[in-house]
Parts: sequence; C-alpha cells; structure tokens
Amino acid sequence: MSKWIEVVELNKIPVLGSRLIKTRDTDIAVFRGSDDQVYAIRDACPHKGGPLSQGIMHGSTVTCPLHNWKIDLSSGNALAPDHGCSNVFAVKVEGGRVFLQL
Amino acid sequence: MHKENLVLIGNGMAGVRTLEELLKLAPDHYNITVFGEEPYGNYNRIMLSPVLASEKTIEQIMLNGEQWYIDNGITLHKGKKVEQINRARREVIATDGTVAHYDRLIIATGSVPFMLPLPGADKAGVIGFRDIKDVDTMLATASQYQHAVVIGGGLLGLEAANGLMKQGMNVTVVHLLDTLMERQLDKPAAAMLQKSLAERGMTFLMEHSTAEILGQERVTAVRFKNGTEIPADLVVMAVGIKPNTELGKSAGLYCERGIVVSDTMQTITDPKIYAIGECVQHRGIAYGLVAPLFEQAKVAANHLAKHGIARYVGTVTSTKLKVTGIELFSAGDFTGNDQTEDIVFKDAASGTYKKIVLQDNQVKGAVLYGDTVDGSWYFQLMKDGTDVSAFRDTLLFGQHHLGDSGHNPDTRVASLPDNAEICGCNGVCKGDIVKAITEKKLFTLDEVRAHTKASASCGSCTGLVESLLAHTVGGDYSATPKTKPLCKCTDYTHDDIRHGIIQHNLKTMPAVREHFEWKTPDGCPSCRNALNYYLLCAYPTEYVDDAQSRYINERAHGNIQKDGSYSVVPRMFGGMCTSDQLRAIADVADKYQVPTMKVTGGQRIDMFGIKKEQLPAMWKDLSAAGFVSGHAYGKAMRTVKTCVGSEWCRFGTQDSTGLGVKLEELTWGSWMPHKFKLAVSGCPRNCAEATIKDIGVVCVDSGYELHIGGNGGIKVRVTDLLCKVATEEEVLEYTGAFCQFYREDAHYLERTAPWIERVGLEKVKTAILSDAANRKALYERFLISQQPAQIDPWKARADGAEAAEFTPIMIEA
Repeated sequence: MSKWIEVVELNKIPVLGSRLIKTRDTDIAVFRGSDDQVYAIRDACPHKGGPLSQGIMHGSTVTCPLHNWKIDLSSGNALAPDHGCSNVFAVKVEGGRVFLQL
Repeated sequence: MHKENLVLIGNGMAGVRTLEELLKLAPDHYNITVFGEEPYGNYNRIMLSPVLASEKTIEQIMLNGEQWYIDNGITLHKGKKVEQINRARREVIATDGTVAHYDRLIIATGSVPFMLPLPGADKAGVIGFRDIKDVDTMLATASQYQHAVVIGGGLLGLEAANGLMKQGMNVTVVHLLDTLMERQLDKPAAAMLQKSLAERGMTFLMEHSTAEILGQERVTAVRFKNGTEIPADLVVMAVGIKPNTELGKSAGLYCERGIVVSDTMQTITDPKIYAIGECVQHRGIAYGLVAPLFEQAKVAANHLAKHGIARYVGTVTSTKLKVTGIELFSAGDFTGNDQTEDIVFKDAASGTYKKIVLQDNQVKGAVLYGDTVDGSWYFQLMKDGTDVSAFRDTLLFGQHHLGDSGHNPDTRVASLPDNAEICGCNGVCKGDIVKAITEKKLFTLDEVRAHTKASASCGSCTGLVESLLAHTVGGDYSATPKTKPLCKCTDYTHDDIRHGIIQHNLKTMPAVREHFEWKTPDGCPSCRNALNYYLLCAYPTEYVDDAQSRYINERAHGNIQKDGSYSVVPRMFGGMCTSDQLRAIADVADKYQVPTMKVTGGQRIDMFGIKKEQLPAMWKDLSAAGFVSGHAYGKAMRTVKTCVGSEWCRFGTQDSTGLGVKLEELTWGSWMPHKFKLAVSGCPRNCAEATIKDIGVVCVDSGYELHIGGNGGIKVRVTDLLCKVATEEEVLEYTGAFCQFYREDAHYLERTAPWIERVGLEKVKTAILSDAANRKALYERFLISQQPAQIDPWKARADGAEAAEFTPIMIEA
C-alpha cells in the first residue's frame, strides 16, 4: 500500500495530453499540463465511465470525450453545474521521471 | 495584494449583473460596496408584471438574496439612498450619513417613471409602475377599490392594466394616440391586440388626453380635455420612463437624456466612474430593456477587471408583451419606408398577424401577433443581415418550413404540458427546463444548456429552448448576442479570428491566442479544435497539426464508442468494391474477432468494438489490402454515395459510379469545418439521395446538376441548386472550388446547410459562378491543401507514427 512506483518518463507524455497506465486493478490516466504539472486520475468519468485519458486537457481540467463533462484533475471533481467525482492519485516528477503512489 | 474599493450605486439588475460578471473574471480584485434604495436584495424588475397578475411571487423573482452578498464578501447597504458623490474626495454619501470611499464607482440608478405634470397628480392613489412598492400599492388598492385608470397604452401600461384586471378591478386604459404600443406595433397588430384585450374586459379610451385628476386627499375621478370624466380610485401613469440622472447631474457628470458614457461604459466626464443600464445614454440611445443592459454589464466588468478588450457597440432590441395568453413580438424597423418592402400575413379570425419588413433582401424589422414562435429566428436573421432571397417566398411560414423536421411541428411552447420532451438527445422535458430557469435564475441559452443539457447536444431544439426561456423569464431575456464570441476564452468571433490569422500572418496557436488576448493559457476544447482547423486551412503546407487540439476520434482515427472501444471504416471509393476487397475485410474481421459489423449509410463497412491498442495492427492489414482511412470519425470529407448509373441502370444518363470514384479521389482526406458528404445520382430519380448531401450531383441527359447545402441529419434540408454543367471536368472543378470556399468561409462545426442559410446562397453563387478566375483560384488552393492531406493516416500509424497514443503502460501493481 502507498508506495511510489515509477511509471513513465515525463517527456513521453505529450504536453496537454495523457498516457494510460494499466495496473492490475484499475486504469489510470496520467496528464501533463502546459506547465509540466502532472496529474493522475482514475480513467473513468463519474458520469458514464468515459475514458478521461482520451479527453482534451486544458489548464488543469480534462473534458470527457463521451459527453463533455469537465473534470478538475487536482481534485477529481466534476466542474459545475455537473456533480460527481473520480479518484485522483498522488503523483510526482523527479529527475524527469513520473512516479505514482499506489 | 492591495484591494481597490468599488462602489455600486443602485442594487438593480444592471449593477448586480456587472458585479456577477466581474466576480467571474476577477473575484479578488475589489472590496465591493453596494447601495440600494429599496429594502430588498436584487430582484428581476421585468417580472413585476407577472407578480401584479399573481402569476409569480416576490420570492420567485428575487435574483440575489442577502446570502449572495455575504457569500461574495459584498457590503450591502439596502434601503439607503445615495444623495451625493464627492468626486474630489472619491466618496459617496447616503442620506443617513453613511460614507463610502471608492477607487472606482458604478452608477446604475436605472430610470424613473415619467409622471405627467397634471393638476392633482400629487393625490393619493396616483402612482407609477416601477418597483415592488408600486406593486404593493396596486395590490392593496385592488382589494379595497373598484376603478383603475391606466394612463398610457404602451408595453408597461398594458401589463399594468392586465395585472389590475386580474386583481378584479375595472380597468380603463387611456391612450393619447389611436394605436396601442405604437413604438412596437403597426396598426393592424395593435388593433388585434386591442380587440383581444377588450374581449378580456379591458376598456379603452383612445385619442384621449388627460386634463386633470380630481378628488380630495385621494383620487376619485379623471377628467379629459374633451370635458368627459370617468371614476378612478387608482391612477397608474405609464407614459414612459426617463433615465434617472439626478445623482449623475449633481456630481457634475455630463448628461443629456441619460448619463453619457463611452464604449467602455465609463462616463465621458470621469473615467473612474462607470454608468450602466437605464440611466445611461450610449451613442445617443438610452435603452429601456434588459438585453442591452446585460451586454453593457459584460463590457463594464471586463474593463473593471482590467482586461480592457471589450467594447459596447449598441444592441438591436426586440420586445415581447408579458401578458399571459397574448403572443406578441416586435423588433427593428417594423413600419418601413419607401426603400423597404413588406411581407404580410393576416388571418383575423384565427388571431394571427405577421409582418416582415425587408430591404435589399435583408430583414429590417418584424411584428408578430398570435404566432411568435419564429420571432427569435427573424431576430437572428435581422442581426446577422442574412440575405433571405433564397427562401423569401416561404419566410412568413417560419423556420420549420425550411426543413426543420427535427421536432414536432406544434412548437407553441406555452401550450405544451410539463412532461413534453423538448430536448430529444438528453431527454429533457419542458418542466425540467422551466424549473431550472426559475430556481437557478437562468437568463441565457448558455446557462440553460449548462444546467439542464437541453439543446447542448445536437442543437435542434435551440429555438424551443429560447422560446421557453423568453416565456419563463419574460420577453426581455438575454437573447443570443449578435456577435457571438468563438468560445468563452475570447471576445472575438470566428470571423474576426479567421481574418486575423491571414491578415496578421499568425501561424501558430500561441500566436493567435496572444494576438487576440485569450483569457485562458491553453484555450479550451472548443477553441483549440477550431484554431487547429483554421490554421491548417490557412497554411496547409506549413502548419504542424496539433494532436492535442483534436477530439479523440481525429487523434485516434476511429470513432470512440460508449464503452471506450473504437470503430473502423475503410474507404470504399464511390461505394464500389471487389470480391477481393470484401474478402480482405472479412479476413481482418476474423483475425481481430470483430464483434459487430454493419453496412453504413455511406455505402461502406463499419467494424465495431476494436480496442485502441489493436488499431495500428488492424490498419496495417487493411493497408496491405489497399484500403485507406474512411475518415468516418472526422470533421472531414466522408463519403461519396452513388447509384449505379448508365453502366447498368436502364434509366441511367451518365456514369454516376465512375464520377463518384473520381470525386472521392479528389476530395478524400480533406479536413473540413464539419463532416462533409457527397453523392452522385445517375438520373433525376435520385437513388443516391443526392439532394440531402453537402454536395449532390444529379446526372441528367445533357450534363450534371450541382446541388449544395443539403442535410439529412438533425434538420433535414434539401439542397439548393448551384448550377448545371456539361462535363465531368467541370463537376470536379466546381466541387473542389465549393469545398474550398466552404473550408475558408464557414465557422468551425458549421455544416454547409446552416452556413448557407447564414451567409445566403447568393454569396456562394457569386464566389463560384460569377467569377471564373475566383473559382479557379479556389480550386487551385483546394488542390494544394489536398497534397499533404492525402497521406493515409492509417498507414502512417501502422508504420509507427504516434505510437505512444496507442500504447498503454502496463505496470504490476
């Protein structure tokens, strides 16, 4: 529980894009902002489970590709007026490598 | 950070709307103090008429209760009237001695009813119709007295009269002229309105001028200049409003009819002072409606937030009467002059009257009585300056006559039950929408979309939602503004930005965002996709496509399905195929265990349920069999549908399949503002359904008819005939030129059908037909843009491009 795992090099994630991480239990989308801030969120929209990793990222928000819900990547909360929340995971960048806490 | 002090005088709709807009843009910029003369929070003044008619309560029309001020850290001095502005010391002083210092000040003192200076006008029972106090007075009077006289047969007077009648009073409306609401209606419409109100029990004294108000303490009667008298227990003066400039004048601000402001809503005398709403005069006009005030609020807020990029350039207004059961709409110049033409429909028996005033085939004004469903459409045509010559003969029958078969023809929203479905995409009923509008105090289409999802998907119910909005919040709801920004990240329109990209040689998205002062660093999904397309269209050989600014379908070159899998549609040129090709598709389907296959409407084969990581391998196999991407996922040229034509058909006049293949070879791969479909029919029987395509070619014995702007989707629209040509070469040239004109002119996500309705068929004909050199130049530019576009994206990815996009990272945890 709760150990840091190296998942990918930062420069292998497109800016304003994501990579999909498949673990045994769940799919996690790791996003990279235009400021190189990194976010990790369960790859399922709180609305109908859409793959958030496939959405368009802007600022620290991703828009779900299925029905355009906007999800805040820091908190996992849907932006108003929608309601809902998806799990977020602790994530850090060290020496150009991205670590995920699982 | 040091916060500046912002003081707002006037706790009405204009001022508070400005604060709301400001808080959205710069929530922490100011310490805000509000002075309101009335002892309430902020309420929706335009809904006073329904309150008077007992159709709404005061609570229902409150916009911001006191909690809102607390939540936003705003100091509210309610019930305090500001009597002085000391501009030298930058202070406002209220009658009770409260003093507030300002760095910037907003004056939003609204308007006051114009009270006729008649003898006896100061008696008890003589009032205007402006605020909650007036409504309370009317309601109290109605419970004790019998006779009400309303002076003024304008919008406000009739609403007051209707309300008083609903409260059980005998109401007489006195009007100076022979036409009711003469500023909004022409004579026939006014006569129908008067007849309808008279049938409900309202009495009219037309062409009567009031001489004196009689009585002791309280009014008892009204005497007219012709000597006659009628009994009166209540006199409501509704002869007009005037901007409340008292405070502005006393502060030395330059006033004419209203406080004179610039395009940034700053007073021309003192740039630290803004004025907004009904108290101002902008470019010579003092507005008395809500829509302009909302636009002004946006501009003032933008300036207060120190963005400084918005300008107010005036508003075209429209009016609806808020009397339940009476449908009335008026906009623009409805009387006309010797330069204009009228189109009129009148059916007195059914109570319907429509008049459209045209000048040079553009709508200049409209009056609708009885059936106002199309009011917002005419208003939009008027604001857009659309050339209506193509559908002028059916203009009066409304928008659905243009092919709006998306919903039930009975679009009279008022008569629909609450459980009537308005938005078929998202299953939103009338009741849900009305509830959201009233409970969440929504004013604009965008707000209704955000909260209810109604009209947020395909948009075919937009007209219905707009009428519901107008119906629920009153006629003066904030209509979709004339110049619609590209998205919320900018105040500039699609057209501004497209022209700017060329004019200023802007070649990257950051350059565009910087030039047009974007409010967000990376844009949003709306503008990123649009800008990516606009740049690609403007600089086809230079611009580097940004994958992160494309919707997933275009990034993954497949259609995402509800479970996150993708569909794969190989291109079959002209819908033609060989047994080898079919066998190859069958082999691929077996190899990748495709769960579902389907023949599409575009005459090709769709394979569903493909996992993203399988896509490149599958494409490699398809590519080896000679297939390229069908672009079934893109805002791009999709298919050319054909019927079999002269090769086999006993009716065929030309080789429609051969021409279809040539057209698809010319156009495949082209990115477009929206999806784009073609068809070629071998004879006028039109088996390929060419007349509902973006471009439809109908072969005839003597050549080829080119039809454009059709749509078989949300709103069925039959094509317009562009022209007839004699040879296949001409078909190809005209098609390429049309594609390019659409690519360069339409807004992103605008299909050819609404685009042609917006810009008018004449514009397209001029560009393609009238000027052969222009047509050839368009065709040439299309061919240039096709060179980089016709590199098959599937083969590129099968060969390793964008590998990361298709490869998940597996970890053992």
